[in-house]
Amino acid sequence: MSELLHLPLEALHVELGAKMVPFAGYSMPVQYGLGVMKEHLHTRTAAGLFDVSHMGQVILRGADYQTVALAFEALVPVDVAGLGLNRQRYGYFTNAAGGIEDDLMLANRGDHLFVVINAACKDADIALMRAGLPADVTLEVIEDRALLALQGPLAEDVLAAINPAARDMRFMDVATLDLAGAACWVSRSGYTGEDGYEISVPAPAAETLARALLADPRVAPIGLGARDSLRLEAGLCLYGHDIDAHTSPIEAGLGWAIQKVRRTGGARAGGFPGAARILSELQTTAPRARVGLLPEGRAPMREGTALYATEHSDQPIGHVTSGGFGPTVAAPVAMGLIARDHAAVGTPLYGEVRGKRLPVMVVALPFTPANFKR
Amino acid sequence: MKFTEDHEWLRIEGDLVVVGITEHASTQLGDVVFVELPEVGTMVAAGDEIVVIESVKAASDIAAPLDGEIVEINEAIVEEPSKVNADPLGDAWFFKMKVDDLSLLDQFMDEDEYKDLVD
Repeated sequence: MSELLHLPLEALHVELGAKMVPFAGYSMPVQYGLGVMKEHLHTRTAAGLFDVSHMGQVILRGADYQTVALAFEALVPVDVAGLGLNRQRYGYFTNAAGGIEDDLMLANRGDHLFVVINAACKDADIALMRAGLPADVTLEVIEDRALLALQGPLAEDVLAAINPAARDMRFMDVATLDLAGAACWVSRSGYTGEDGYEISVPAPAAETLARALLADPRVAPIGLGARDSLRLEAGLCLYGHDIDAHTSPIEAGLGWAIQKVRRTGGARAGGFPGAARILSELQTTAPRARVGLLPEGRAPMREGTALYATEHSDQPIGHVTSGGFGPTVAAPVAMGLIARDHAAVGTPLYGEVRGKRLPVMVVALPFTPANFKR
Repeated sequence: MKFTEDHEWLRIEGDLVVVGITEHASTQLGDVVFVELPEVGTMVAAGDEIVVIESVKAASDIAAPLDGEIVEINEAIVEEPSKVNADPLGDAWFFKMKVDDLSLLDQFMDEDEYKDLVD
């Protein structure tokens, strides 16, 4: 492994009492003094500030947005060309086998396409884009900006106190806002199930902006630990865990991200890697399904826990892909990938924890209702 | 009070040894959400993993510090795992065990030695 990479806000995290851990090659704050539980609850009731600068930020340019968007559609099953100006959309890179190479957010920024990708997949994604895009589309990796997320029901009030224009944005809108004297690329989105913003800020202004946000008594710094429990309760996938190169988007329950125009019968149907499998699964069904799982007891069912249809059956019908304790639910929560025959909400299953079969119920996702500003 | 390298504390109470985890261990674990204790009457050998403790972050095991018999367990921390963070050295003891020879405790660290280990 190469040496750990350090991001612009590291000194601030340390000053704030963060416990720093290696994550996807970066030194990242996993928690602060509050601890994961209180950080999680603070984000659900007030506002949390997350440093997600490890994520990849990429700008794609061509003759115009349409040129770039149509080229990008060869890599994702998403309607990129039909995305409105200054609107953002969720998507994923697929592979020839119909699996997912990474999930991402993309935005129509008028003269370019802005893409945010996962830290752990950054290098592979950039290679995938370079290989899959024509020569007239240029790719610029943004290395001189930090990425902050301000999440929670009070995020709007907090950001609007710095720039009132933040209030005018709807869920999945993107805008350039002046924050702390810097031109920031702001989207009204996040990874917690709460209302909030993701803010791409020039690195030299990142600390000033972070301090300005933290100066608001409603804001607490939140680490990656709570980010994970928040997204799990929100039923959101974590790449490399709930979804990976061997999971199809339909198995993962992410078919909603494939707009009609890219589906069978649509004007630009298919044309992305793995389209045959993915479009066929969309019309029929996939053999496996991602489900919510609510253990009946108090014992968390962690990633990898084998799931069985009965207390004594030999063959597992699936496994837990993400699992832990949900501070808002105040109980263990999990997601799993299981055989579709067992995926109906209300199906009782068993998870094998330390050699014991413990009862767990298939439940609807999310565990906590989404709180977006639509 | 004595301390093990696994961050347990051991306190003699009559002819029994009371076992819990240290402040350092409870801080490192983070918010405890689940505790599983052995059954009363279980005969254990030193090193047996007899307690499961899960925090929001991860699961860990606690081993029996000595050979002996579990004679009492603290159901209160099973009912309310957050006690392990609130009062690890007091209310949140884990179990009491009967050992053959209390002098076996001499092999463990005293408070100063334990402080040197964690500082």
